[in-house]
Amino acid sequence: MSFQGKRQGIMAGMSQDFRKLRLDRVSRSFGQHNALREVSLEVARGEFIALLGPSGCGKSTALNCLAGLLPLTGGGIWLDDRRIDLLKPEDRGFGMVFQNYALFPHMSAEKNVGFGLRMQGRPKAEVDDRVAKAMALVRLNEQKHKLPGQLSGGQQQRVAIARAIVIEPPLVLMDEPLSNLDAKLRLEMRAEIRRIHGLVGSTTIYVTHDQDEALSLADRIVVMRDGQVRQVGRPDELYARPAHADVAEFMGYRNLLRLKVTATANSMAEVDMGDSVLHGTLLGPATPGEMAIAAIRPDDLTPRSNGRIRARVISAEYRGRDFYGIAATPDGLELYFRAEQKVATGEELLLGADPARVLLYPGTDLLAVA
Amino acid sequence: MLMTVERVPLRVRLAAAGVDSVTMLALPAVLFVLALFVYPFFYGLALSLEPKDNAVWYANYRAFFSDPFLFDTIGKTLRLAVPVTLLCVLLSVPIALRVRHMRHQRLLTTILVLPITLGTVLIAEGLLNYLGPQGWLNRTLITIGLIHGPLQLVHNYWGAFLGLLISIFPFTFLLTLSYVTGVDPALEQAASTLGARPWARFRHILLPLLAQGLAINFCLSFVQAFSVFPTAVLLGSPAGSTRVISIAAYTAAYEAYDYSLASTIAMVMAGIQLLIVAGILSARRLLYRGPMGGAKG
Repeated sequence: MSFQGKRQGIMAGMSQDFRKLRLDRVSRSFGQHNALREVSLEVARGEFIALLGPSGCGKSTALNCLAGLLPLTGGGIWLDDRRIDLLKPEDRGFGMVFQNYALFPHMSAEKNVGFGLRMQGRPKAEVDDRVAKAMALVRLNEQKHKLPGQLSGGQQQRVAIARAIVIEPPLVLMDEPLSNLDAKLRLEMRAEIRRIHGLVGSTTIYVTHDQDEALSLADRIVVMRDGQVRQVGRPDELYARPAHADVAEFMGYRNLLRLKVTATANSMAEVDMGDSVLHGTLLGPATPGEMAIAAIRPDDLTPRSNGRIRARVISAEYRGRDFYGIAATPDGLELYFRAEQKVATGEELLLGADPARVLLYPGTDLLAVA
Repeated sequence: MLMTVERVPLRVRLAAAGVDSVTMLALPAVLFVLALFVYPFFYGLALSLEPKDNAVWYANYRAFFSDPFLFDTIGKTLRLAVPVTLLCVLLSVPIALRVRHMRHQRLLTTILVLPITLGTVLIAEGLLNYLGPQGWLNRTLITIGLIHGPLQLVHNYWGAFLGLLISIFPFTFLLTLSYVTGVDPALEQAASTLGARPWARFRHILLPLLAQGLAINFCLSFVQAFSVFPTAVLLGSPAGSTRVISIAAYTAAYEAYDYSLASTIAMVMAGIQLLIVAGILSARRLLYRGPMGGAKG
């Protein structure tokens, strides 16, 4: 049995025929609170998009607006040249995977999966056939007669995914689908979601607050904050070159230091660290004398022979291959670093980082638009 | 070979079975139920088996089931209680579904629940004035010319029906509301994203999840409606179409001073209620029973 064969089976009678999903200045406010502020985004068919941001950033609101569960207070949503934001959820036909799965507790796994097809009034033979294929796709054939309450969290998750994709929706929406699972199962289901997306190829919008999930699953990541899009980009772009300091903070740049620029040359600059200097890459125009935020991943800040930042270890912990710790400079700056050899509390280190991995954001405001 | 097994102390074994000092806290409630429910029940049962004039022990029961004047009260009570209970349950569902999404939920719930606090007698008095031949309703209808003579709305079946409906509904409604709010709203949202329109969502998701609760709700409301007394006397025709079973019991006890027959009637009443409740509860097994949320559990 080839994947190709499965793919054709699942995609039979495909209703995913569109080229582009477009959010045009989508806004949603609750009273005085603006949960979404003029969010614009274009999604090509087949793309896997992750909406990433801390809780309260508006990512779930955006998903509910797409599903039709929340009306917009401004802007529009378009599928090619068809405006869909005024349609009811039942008329959009998007598949949605809810955070708590929202499986119908009184229906067997199989009946849950077939619900959408039955609502479409498909003949029984077709429903049975497509449900069987979807159950096979999520590897749940053995459990198909069980009620949701009799399934484990991971199995419920698979039912929820099968139920959403069996109707072959133009768009699959996933609202933090892994957040209720334990760490090991989360990794397994992440691989499972990637595998299913590879087979079915459905356009997917995936909401998460976990950067690892977003990096590993998405074709493109949309980082949100305070109801606004901060940056859209491929995972590698976001990982290596966050456009703003707050995005950097969210992408794992734990060291965010407000320092004074002492010299610049092209895109490189030198910042003052008290008794030493730090070289980094400028991500915006800056002149000597101005302040900048230096963003460095703990992974990139290590004790090295040419290291010039003197710092005393406050604490360190062993994490398998390496040691991760916190060290303080004589000026009292606290730095998160990585060490390959064991370091002891109180030990003095000379830390350094590759200038290409030290990102300098002009200004002192984390949320400033560079 | 014989092995000496150390015996587990009784206290530990009792605790494992769920009996410990905390169990004593249930004692007042047990005494209460024994003194105010179990004892009177069996006292009444014994009383019903000791008829006047030293007749055979089942004489009262024979009398009840052979005298149409007594026996027919069962049918009359059921004709009042069953439709009223059904209507209450049926009306409570759409209203509860609507109230659930309202912002002034508490205000509306208060208005709907107010009749409970008023008591059946006040409701009956009010309805007598409102629905009577000289009441506002009839006078208004005559003034606009919709009817020529007053409608007979009180002192008959419909008077008792309306009065009972108004006094039972708040109770039914409150129970239904609690069941409805117990259903995870994400289930309906999930159904709508899967293409289910409002009626289909109700039919396939809400109704199966509520059925269990509605059955229990029916039982509880029915038991109240079946023991209707003041409403049937004040708003109905207590000598005719609304001569309900509790009126027969009252007449036997306080007009004929035949406590034994009155106890018999009370026992028959209990038996019928028990039959209907047991019937519904056993039919309930056919319905889904379980969590009403979509979360893992």
